[in-house]
Amino acid sequence: MALLEASDVHGGYGGMNILNGVNIAIEADQIGVIVGPNGAGKSTMLKAIFGLLEVNQGEIRLRGEPITNLAPNKLVHKGMGFVPQEKNIFPSLSLQENLEMGTYIRPNNFRRMLEQIYDFFPPLVEKRHQPAGELSGGQRQMVAMGRALMAEPSVLLLDEPTAGLSPMYMNEIFERVKTINAAGVGILMVEQHAKQALAIAHKGFVLAAGQNRFTDTGEALLNDPDVAKSFLGG
Amino acid sequence: MNELVFFLNNVVVSGAVAGSIYAMGAIGVTLVFSIMRFAHFAHADMMTLGALLVLALTTLFPEAGLAIGLPTAIVMLPVAMVITAIAAVGIDRVFYRPLRAHKVKPIVIVIGSLGVTLMLQGLIRLFAGTSAQSLYIAERKAIFRLEMPFELASRPVIITEPQVILFVLTLVAVVGLHLFLSRSRLGKAMRAMSDNPDLARASGINTDTIVAVTWIIAGGLAAVAGTLLSLDVAFKPDLSFFLLLPIFAAAIVGGVGHPYGAIAGGFVIGFAETLAVFNWSVLLRPLRDSFPTWLELPNNLALVGTEYKIVVPFFILVAILVWRPTGIFKGKVI
Repeated sequence: MALLEASDVHGGYGGMNILNGVNIAIEADQIGVIVGPNGAGKSTMLKAIFGLLEVNQGEIRLRGEPITNLAPNKLVHKGMGFVPQEKNIFPSLSLQENLEMGTYIRPNNFRRMLEQIYDFFPPLVEKRHQPAGELSGGQRQMVAMGRALMAEPSVLLLDEPTAGLSPMYMNEIFERVKTINAAGVGILMVEQHAKQALAIAHKGFVLAAGQNRFTDTGEALLNDPDVAKSFLGG
Repeated sequence: MNELVFFLNNVVVSGAVAGSIYAMGAIGVTLVFSIMRFAHFAHADMMTLGALLVLALTTLFPEAGLAIGLPTAIVMLPVAMVITAIAAVGIDRVFYRPLRAHKVKPIVIVIGSLGVTLMLQGLIRLFAGTSAQSLYIAERKAIFRLEMPFELASRPVIITEPQVILFVLTLVAVVGLHLFLSRSRLGKAMRAMSDNPDLARASGINTDTIVAVTWIIAGGLAAVAGTLLSLDVAFKPDLSFFLLLPIFAAAIVGGVGHPYGAIAGGFVIGFAETLAVFNWSVLLRPLRDSFPTWLELPNNLALVGTEYKIVVPFFILVAILVWRPTGIFKGKVI
């Protein structure tokens, strides 16, 4: 059974549909990457899965259980984590308080998870009492991912985790994503840096105009001349 | 030295009393704004509601305080706080939550709160009438006269029992609020929701719970402020309402959405008012002999007359909005 499966999803904001039948499926130990041109509905699809916009046709399942249009805070209880692209931290809370909000639903896990997250993102330790709004872009991204990981999700949705980061930070974030996945967390990620992202993906979904254009393993998509010509810049 | 005592009585004590009341009101206004993003105009009438409940309970059990040695109104205050908090949550559920569910603009909810204010005023007058009533029913207000340890000071500094209780409760409220927001899981979640409501939801924080907690704190503090104000003066159905605008000024001066700012703003407005209406010639009178002969000391050197006291908070408000729109502490720009 697939960990996360979305079939024929239609949806959008206020009547206008952006998604016109998207299919996504990843297994528990996989990294799935959604790529595609601007306006293809990549981030919209992620938000649809996380209950942030209304799905008016199709179905989304988590481990076989229907979760279509379930509220975000309910999905967190079911083991789903979401890191938005923007506004993904609490700027006036300290770094550590940001992470604490990640274990809001399971406060008893706070100490244990905090240690894990600091092991995982060592640069965060010395800044832990600073307001998160004062951190650099790369550090904010680590805090944002750390907050989502604190809840020990079984599947993590990442919306363009490398947007606006320097190449050095970008590679570091991709490495972290691989490590998180190796620890048993399924990942579904939207990325602008399509080539680098597909290189670490088990499954890739190329969206255009709110529909799947290509769906295959990351490697196969990278080697497909049609995908390369139309979507990866040759 | 009597001039100094006059200053202590009219500026320090009065300013601290006004500042404490404004601060406790402004904390509620600012918390409601930071969580729900609207200016809650019915806040002053929640204060009156709290005082009315105390009045009713004190009338029912006029001698409840005798055994403990506190005014009966203070003994009844915790009960009134609980009922006011429940009423605040109830008002939100019935009037404001449906508006939020329709995703209306904040101004619509502000207008809704104006409706609630008029409704509450009507209800309060229905039960309490329009005249002033003392919250001291079976007791008398204790007044402390503190003799000054100076030879030349023949007059005492006067402070009343409700004023002392007001200062103590304000201190407790401020310290308690600080500990709640900085230490407790719920308090941190409240700050998180104020920062970024969508991410709070994505972290599994139940925003309905946070909204309810906000109303419980706002309602509880409103009951304290309204009751202590009525103990200091007397219960009148419109007493708190006239403080609504200075309370908003305090919240904005401190930085909207910033609880510590609301406390600071409350005391800034409170002291500014008493300093502005204080007759400074009283302090200068002892130095009169050393003035040159052409300088006549006028009888009244107050910056504004007492009847224009309400001008002061708005002058400060406008000045702050022009020169530092985010308030003393950097709040959210409205």
